Amino acid sequence: MQTANLLPLVLVLAVVAYGLAYMRSRAVAAPLGGIRNLKALPFYYAARAALWCAIPALIVLAAWAGFEGKVIQGIVIASLPQDTWPESAGRASLILSQISNVAAGKLNPEFVPEHIAGAASLLEALESKSQNFKAILVILIAILGATFAWTRVAPHINARKNVEATLRRIFFLCAALAVLTTAGIVFSVILETVRFFGRVPITEFLFGTTWSPQTALRADQVGSDGAFGVIPLFTGTLLISAIALLVAVPVGLLSAIYLSEYASKRMRSTVKPILEMLAGIPTVVYGFFAALTVAPFIRDLAQIVGLEASSQSALAAGLVMGIMIVPFVSSLSDDVINAVPQTMRDGSLALGATQSETMKKVIFPAALPGIIGGILLAASRAIGETMIVVMAAGLAANLTANPLDSVTTVTVQIATLLVGDQEFDSAKTLSAFALGMLLFIVTLLLNVVALKIVRKYREQYD
Amino acid sequence: MTDQSSQAEIVRNSLKRRYRKERRFRLYGILAIFIALTSLFTLFADIISKGYTGFVKTTITLDVNLDSEMMYLDDPTDADQRSMADFVAPVIAALQEHIPEADSATEKRELGRFLGTYAASEVSELLAKNPELLNTTQTIEFPAHDRVSVYVKHADNPRYSIKLSEQQQRWVDELLEKGVIDTSFNDVLFSRGDSREPANAGVLGAIVGSVLTMLVTLVISFPVGIAAAVYLEEFAPQNKITDFIEVNINNLAAVPSIIFGLLGLAVFIGLFGMPRSVPVVGGLVLALMTLPTIIISSRAAIKSVPPSIREAAEGVGASKMQVVLHHVVPLAMPGMLTGSIIGMAQALGETAPLLLIGMVAFIVDVPNGFFDSATVLPVQIYLWASSSEQGFVELASAAIMVLLTFMISMNALAIWLRKRLERRW
Repeated sequence: MQTANLLPLVLVLAVVAYGLAYMRSRAVAAPLGGIRNLKALPFYYAARAALWCAIPALIVLAAWAGFEGKVIQGIVIASLPQDTWPESAGRASLILSQISNVAAGKLNPEFVPEHIAGAASLLEALESKSQNFKAILVILIAILGATFAWTRVAPHINARKNVEATLRRIFFLCAALAVLTTAGIVFSVILETVRFFGRVPITEFLFGTTWSPQTALRADQVGSDGAFGVIPLFTGTLLISAIALLVAVPVGLLSAIYLSEYASKRMRSTVKPILEMLAGIPTVVYGFFAALTVAPFIRDLAQIVGLEASSQSALAAGLVMGIMIVPFVSSLSDDVINAVPQTMRDGSLALGATQSETMKKVIFPAALPGIIGGILLAASRAIGETMIVVMAAGLAANLTANPLDSVTTVTVQIATLLVGDQEFDSAKTLSAFALGMLLFIVTLLLNVVALKIVRKYREQYD
Repeated sequence: MTDQSSQAEIVRNSLKRRYRKERRFRLYGILAIFIALTSLFTLFADIISKGYTGFVKTTITLDVNLDSEMMYLDDPTDADQRSMADFVAPVIAALQEHIPEADSATEKRELGRFLGTYAASEVSELLAKNPELLNTTQTIEFPAHDRVSVYVKHADNPRYSIKLSEQQQRWVDELLEKGVIDTSFNDVLFSRGDSREPANAGVLGAIVGSVLTMLVTLVISFPVGIAAAVYLEEFAPQNKITDFIEVNINNLAAVPSIIFGLLGLAVFIGLFGMPRSVPVVGGLVLALMTLPTIIISSRAAIKSVPPSIREAAEGVGASKMQVVLHHVVPLAMPGMLTGSIIGMAQALGETAPLLLIGMVAFIVDVPNGFFDSATVLPVQIYLWASSSEQGFVELASAAIMVLLTFMISMNALAIWLRKRLERRW
């Protein structure tokens, strides 16, 4: 039975267990003179039965479904004749996909070597066996669990305590999922990164000035050794982020100041949500806009002025990204400007300062740390943004500070290296994980610092 | 001049200067708002101007004589014969009736190129389904080729390059006049999956893929997010572990989305061996990504429930769990729902992590289930935007409009919910 069908079945069983336990608890209570003589409401006995039925079964199901594929693949590979054992992980995945194609009927078994056809039938047999075992095991566990809980429906047992303790544990696990996710990110990225540094020295990665991840497919191929110097990617990323911040910081900051200090209530309540719409537009839409409208426009403009501009330019990506992060800067600045106490404004105005002088000389310095925190958060957004740069900034790893050139960024390289089919074993694929690690560390540092600054500042006037 | 009057003079002068500065500063603010709003409107105007033609299709309607001799076909039910038959010949003959001047072999072939490459299979399928139509004359509507379509829709738009020869343009004009070539609402866009040819490509596959992916995301992230928020707000003891969890959630909310793609690739596909490019894996990745948003907004909603309600419930003997489940969570539900809808809207527009887990594959069929290969709307937009055929640009813009409609309605729903269910204590 398919996992997708087993899941609702387990839920149905849990509902049945709920119903049975509910009825039994009422039956147990009846001779005692009503449910008030039970230690817990019938609902709790029933809920406990449902939990006993569903949770162990679901755990087994998840574990089985998670590792089924890997185990079967291992057995199938091991069953191949010794002389045809794949020598690398890449070969193994090729052979496996061939085998599964034969098993799925996409490939005629007559056209493949005999051992592959044999392995395919083994794969089919194992898969159906595993399906059956899994279904039987899961259903058995569900029924056993339900029966166990059913036998423990008795007036002296406080089912509410059990149920509440279990629920609490489930709630805790849900909260811990965030930690698990972070651990998963760090674990998966580190693992591949370490493998990558086994092939490419870390010094070359950090200080190399050429990036060309094409590695040779055959050993005798010429001129595609692969160079993994991250500096051009980093300068590209910084160039685009700098352009983006040059747009976003003045626009965001000045509009926040205007909206919080000068604008009428009505204007504020219409303009602010419209500005915030900018943050809700999917990045692929910005990418489309940057690649198909802004980049050609900039190229034509540069031609009129007499400059050479590439059709994919850092400027186009940076400008559009700047527009995207305006609301991040403006709403965070708005928050901190509003947090500055009114007494400071009144004091300054009472001394005869104009509103703009109050803003520039009193409120802005007071709000500065918070604003810097907001800018750092926006910068981390810009560094991690993918779609705009994938679509508008290009793939050429140029080491340049000219915004009219095409540059590439860390995120673009991660995306292009991993899109499509890839071997999990080549330095080319692994380098994407090393880049991911770098990106993760940089954005994490920026975020931690920014959140610290913002939080510390916010407490000042409270 | 006395000292005093010069003082006053200085002040008056400086006041002028200071008021000028004040006005300038205000102007900067207005200018900043103006720039931001203009870019937003330019973006929308650009996409609408590019995309409204995507909702229009160009068709060629012909009375085709399905002559068996012309097609070398006696028995339309025979697959072997169908694979050898020439289904283009009768279509070209029908076209030629409208353009009698095109009688050389090359000209006829050029006429045939007015139709999309799927015209032949359209005729073939029609005959396979209704063999009795052989040797009759049928009125069939064909999608026009991209080049014809671009000419018909964008003849005077310099952004598009017309790839028809002058003679072909004359012919198309003639056919337009006769009503053979016509434009109508593009129902193909909403009834088909992707295709190599713009005239046959639709967003239905991507919409279904998006819906399936969002369902997985919702089913996982909503209950887990709420449970986590409830734990952190109501049950968590103040210790290092819960502090650590809290810091983690805040950081996760700011991790670049593409990193979640790396996680999905390494863990779900690499470690667990799940299939690539399916809604389940996409939904899982997006669920992990939206989780922090949901947790943070749910915590805010729980915080806003006044302690008096908790105390009252505890006062009549409810257990802590009963207080939370029977009183706090129902009261916080509107806030949790709004936060979740906003998180889901973000997930709906997310592209980068889905590229890494293989949802960029070219998929023609509309997915049937959670384990079918699928693509999602933003990825479809990305694919079309980077296509070389000109017709895909307007399709991408049209798809953007569809996506934005979904997102705006989700956000509107969130705002409506907040307005409707918000209460003050």
